Amino acid sequence: MSTLPVRTYKKILVLGATSGIAEATSRIWAAEGASLFLVARNADKLAAVAADLKTRGAAYVDFAVCDLDDTDKHPALLTHAINSLGGMDLAYLAHGILGDQPTCERDFNAAAHVLHTNFLSPVSLLTWLANYCVQRHSGVLAVISSVAGDRGRKSNYVYGSSKAGLSAFLGGLRNRVDRDGVTVLNIKPGPVRTAMTANMAGAEKMADVNAVAATIAKAIDKRVDNLYVPFQWGPIMFIIQHIPESIFKKLNL
Amino acid sequence: MSSLNPGFWRLSYRMQPRHLVSAGRGYSLQNQRRAFWLFIAKGILDDMPPTEARPEANHAARAAARPAAPAQAGRSGSNAAPLDASFESWGRYPKYEAHVVPMHWRQEFPANITGLHNGVLPVGMGRSYGDSCLLSGGNLIVTTAMDRLISFDPATGILTAEAGITLAQILDFAVPRGFFLPVTPGTKYVTLGGAIANDIHGKNHHVGGTFGNHITQFELVRSDGSRRLCSPTQDPDWYAATIGGLGLTGLITWASLRMRPIVSRGIDYEGIQYHGVDEFLALAEEYKHVEYTVSWIDCASTGKNFARGVYMLGDHSQVPGDLFPSPEPKLVFPVEAPGFALNHLTVSMFNSVYFHRQMKPRVRAVQDYEPFFYPLDKVLRWNRMYGKSGLLQFQYAIPWEHGREGTIAILKEVAKSGLASFLAVLKVFGDVPSPGLLSFPQPGITLALDFPIKEGLTFPLFERLADMTREFGGRLYPAKDAAMTAFHFQHFYPQWEQLARFRDPAITSSFWERVTGETPAL
Repeated sequence: MSTLPVRTYKKILVLGATSGIAEATSRIWAAEGASLFLVARNADKLAAVAADLKTRGAAYVDFAVCDLDDTDKHPALLTHAINSLGGMDLAYLAHGILGDQPTCERDFNAAAHVLHTNFLSPVSLLTWLANYCVQRHSGVLAVISSVAGDRGRKSNYVYGSSKAGLSAFLGGLRNRVDRDGVTVLNIKPGPVRTAMTANMAGAEKMADVNAVAATIAKAIDKRVDNLYVPFQWGPIMFIIQHIPESIFKKLNL
Repeated sequence: MSSLNPGFWRLSYRMQPRHLVSAGRGYSLQNQRRAFWLFIAKGILDDMPPTEARPEANHAARAAARPAAPAQAGRSGSNAAPLDASFESWGRYPKYEAHVVPMHWRQEFPANITGLHNGVLPVGMGRSYGDSCLLSGGNLIVTTAMDRLISFDPATGILTAEAGITLAQILDFAVPRGFFLPVTPGTKYVTLGGAIANDIHGKNHHVGGTFGNHITQFELVRSDGSRRLCSPTQDPDWYAATIGGLGLTGLITWASLRMRPIVSRGIDYEGIQYHGVDEFLALAEEYKHVEYTVSWIDCASTGKNFARGVYMLGDHSQVPGDLFPSPEPKLVFPVEAPGFALNHLTVSMFNSVYFHRQMKPRVRAVQDYEPFFYPLDKVLRWNRMYGKSGLLQFQYAIPWEHGREGTIAILKEVAKSGLASFLAVLKVFGDVPSPGLLSFPQPGITLALDFPIKEGLTFPLFERLADMTREFGGRLYPAKDAAMTAFHFQHFYPQWEQLARFRDPAITSSFWERVTGETPAL
């Protein structure tokens, strides 16, 4: 077998493990022989992902079925995960919901649900995880945010604001824990071609999920702070952020 | 800077025409700035794919499909997914509109088809050439996101995986572990489920049989929710009906495949030029112990070059070597070629070049398996070479009894027609029986041709060729067909009525409707 790159992290906690990007990234780590602890809501799907990762060469795969909206359960869940892995080098937070923007515009409860899942739940997890990592003076916290958090747009500002809050939280957390040797990585993906869109119009323009996953895995190795993936979303969002508000408010974005 | 040289600014100010400097100035500048930003923003938007939730479509779309299976089914229940022709078969003919229903998890079926109308059809990579992977106005369940491995046992070589995994993904996994596919077609971009449903064959058919010969078991889920574990010993009738069953017997969720060990990516290759069908048959007899044999044949030439070709053979190298996974292909055929690009002249020229590419009558080399098995996979979407109208494939299997005369007669008919086949493959099928009920290969000779669709020429030629195939006791390959009549199909496959009894009432394909007249009950 060919030589594989040596990762400094081997024990990985994946939250939202059945999401497309999380699954593709986990496959890379599994092929390298990492140990993985997976968390998601659906037991059947989780079992399918776990079997896949185990077959691909993961040294150890364990999982827990848990709705991450339930923040009260977080400490127990994380303690269990770290006990199962025998430590933790990397936490990968990939859970989140898109929500339905028109519903959110009518119904505060729907909007609150999006904010809870995409913002409060990661905040709860990261608070616990950051303190754990600070104690050990090491660890990587990689979190999937979104380019949508860079500027609120009428098509999805509730989702966008949850991700904007998350991005701000990550920035501040990084500022606090960097001196303790803890890396906080904010991942902002653009549209990704999953198998689902493979045969659809415009799909050639989207990024390949495996390429995105490979970029993320590499960025985590390099301890990057903020990652736009694919890279062209960096300049695109730079422009979008700098469109004067007098014009921006008239656009259909 | 203005403080350093105030005079300059005053000068330039004075040089401006009065009417611009006064009231209108600020306004027009603001307008220009606005137009500029609008221009930039439009450029970005046009660059974005046309999805409702653009930047976050990636994980959120998959996540959105996850939480609410019932709600999802309810929405697609009214056929809310728009009809579109984005799912094409490899021949890009015919073009039919359908609702695309992506499937990500084994448990989703049949809940994800509740309330759908006009039938469903499970599909994979759309590498079938004709309409066997299409359902006009119906629902295509695209399984390619169901691509997980389930288990692998290096002791037995048995790999179990979800049916949407592609052979390319299987190779990426298996080759570094020293295993290879037991049977592989000319492209690795087909799914495991599709390989079973079409009971595909490869260059080793004469020794290894079809793909179905190496499937130890699979799960078949019906639209009524029943699940069956099928193997040669368990539900053998369902096992037989599903192998080569064109996806009609239900949805294959996962399957177990017996892989074969290798020690290197290398293939001990030999290329031998031949002239005429008799020389081909002599070579086939001489090298029947070699695992992989195939031949490329020039069907454009007549006279002394009639039926010249290159006989290609190979065995997996026994010398331990590299076992790295294949790199991703980088070339994509960028645009549709114009319709006249493939004409008799260009194809004849290509054929001459290809024939003389090997300078000597015999060439030996150690070749990587990629160019040996998948020369065309190097260029993604090469079917665009055939232009907008698409291409038709024609592949027959004629039994030994009439194999030689049938092949010569058909080659002559093709040469006479003036239509040139760009890629023609001649091969011998062996006598390993397939477990499949509707399997295509049979002992004898097979020839695969592909033609650009030319109005008034291609279809009449195909009718003549189908008639000739029938006269010589042969049959055509449903996976490659878009032209066969119901009469021909029912003559080639009299067992079709047996398959019809195993067909899932909700499942059908445009091919099946065309050749049987059956419609779905859904």
